[in-house]
Amino acid sequence: MNSPAVVSLEEVCVSIRGVRILDHISLNVPEGSFLAVIGPNGAGKTTLVRVILGLVRPHSGTVRLFGRPPSGPHNQKHLVGYLPQRQHFDPGFPVSAHDVVMMGRVGCIGLCRYPSRADKEAATATLRRIGFRDELITKPIGELSGGQQQLVFLGRALCSHTRLLILDEPTNGLDLVAQRTFYRVVRELQRDLGLTILVVSHDISALAACADRMICLKGRVYVEGTTREVLSSPRLAEAYGTYPYPLNVTLREGIDGFSGL
Amino acid sequence: MDFLAYEFMQRALVAGILAGILCSAVSLFVVLQRMAFVGVGVSHSALGGIAIGVLMTVNPVLSAAVFCTLVAWAIGLVSKKGKLSEDTVIGVLFSASMALGIALISLAPGYQPELFGFLFGNILAVTRTDLVVLAIASTVIILFLALFFKELLFMCFDEESARASGIPVDLLYFALLTVIAVTVVVSVKILGVVLASALLVIPAVTGYELSRNFRGMLAVSVGCGVFSAVVGLWLSFELNLPSGATIVLCAASLFFLAFLLSPRRGRLQKGTGMFC
Repeated sequence: MNSPAVVSLEEVCVSIRGVRILDHISLNVPEGSFLAVIGPNGAGKTTLVRVILGLVRPHSGTVRLFGRPPSGPHNQKHLVGYLPQRQHFDPGFPVSAHDVVMMGRVGCIGLCRYPSRADKEAATATLRRIGFRDELITKPIGELSGGQQQLVFLGRALCSHTRLLILDEPTNGLDLVAQRTFYRVVRELQRDLGLTILVVSHDISALAACADRMICLKGRVYVEGTTREVLSSPRLAEAYGTYPYPLNVTLREGIDGFSGL
Repeated sequence: MDFLAYEFMQRALVAGILAGILCSAVSLFVVLQRMAFVGVGVSHSALGGIAIGVLMTVNPVLSAAVFCTLVAWAIGLVSKKGKLSEDTVIGVLFSASMALGIALISLAPGYQPELFGFLFGNILAVTRTDLVVLAIASTVIILFLALFFKELLFMCFDEESARASGIPVDLLYFALLTVIAVTVVVSVKILGVVLASALLVIPAVTGYELSRNFRGMLAVSVGCGVFSAVVGLWLSFELNLPSGATIVLCAASLFFLAFLLSPRRGRLQKGTGMFC
């Protein structure tokens, strides 16, 4: 792919309390691509996301987000939508689905400014795009189902001037139907808006049906390539200690009901 | 109303309303950020700051403001660094500050009637200067909350995502700690060290019980704070009770009523908040 890199890491190393979490990681995420990052527990997947977002500073190496450092002046965070690992928020927190999506615009509205009518309309339009009917838009977040809540958080990640969507374990704890719906919406968004997507997940079945490229991480990059190349690589079993998915699956044609996404 | 015939009661009423508005507005974020125990810790530590002021013959409100802010920042620093949990740090600092206050008071020569006013509150002794200080502090703090409302709400709901969006979460957190410290100190004269934290929690929790929307929660919170201050002051005058305690009892009564009627528990209403 010759598209410019939205995310670029060169020889990035991160240690936390003396333990090396990421070891000389280099990767490029081209514009418009769908990159899946997989790996066993403790592989450093979430740390990688936090490095890209500028929330963790690497010990060495360089990180570029839209060609600039992810934190500091002139950063491009307003172009990034982030969905952190499924949150354990207070279900009674007094905000509606619309209020939560509006939070996604806080960064681009700027400090000491109030949301305009256009901001509110953008939040409503985002919720409609991800399939929310009017009566759900004003519903308190705690009264929505787990799948609907996750779609609201996806809406919040989209409601800025988003060009890169980073999803960290987005379907943890969701049932199969909610997972299918979630990835179908993500796929549609990528197609319609031309977004670049980076997903960190254990959910190889779903990712196999969605992602263009895949990286298997375990402190360092174990395998990298197209989804098919990575899932058929013997190095994958080496990273996990076993094959992390049924061997008889047919990629992109039907893994655990994720075909046709 | 008879009780407003006295100038000190008029001052007390204005002070009560100002403190009611200020504390209830701040309490929204104290409750949403789950910082109720921070309010308790900071208000009790005010005794140490007041005692330092009395002993050094400095304005006790000023010394308490500095001391409480330092205690609040220490709570934030130690807990944010992950060395100890927030409630553990508060438990240590609040008891140490109170102990320091008691020790210093015992060193102060003679009887210190002012100290007992700070301990239990004496709204009837509010001076014109106290009113001016309270009015300035209320204006500045409410302006801060209004200007950074959306950022504070985002931080309270999801700190990680707020940080990732480029919001200066650490700065806002320490600003909120400072706001709590200053609010406690300017309310101490009215409610006392022991009860000042009550109005930093009860109004917003009452709003939380009656509304599922932060706008409704804020409106109920401010209404509860002002109502408690006015009715509490009137009752204290009529029944000859300490004003700070009466105000807090009024607020607590409103909370218990809200708790019983709360649509969150579906007792009377299902599906809708009373003040949504």
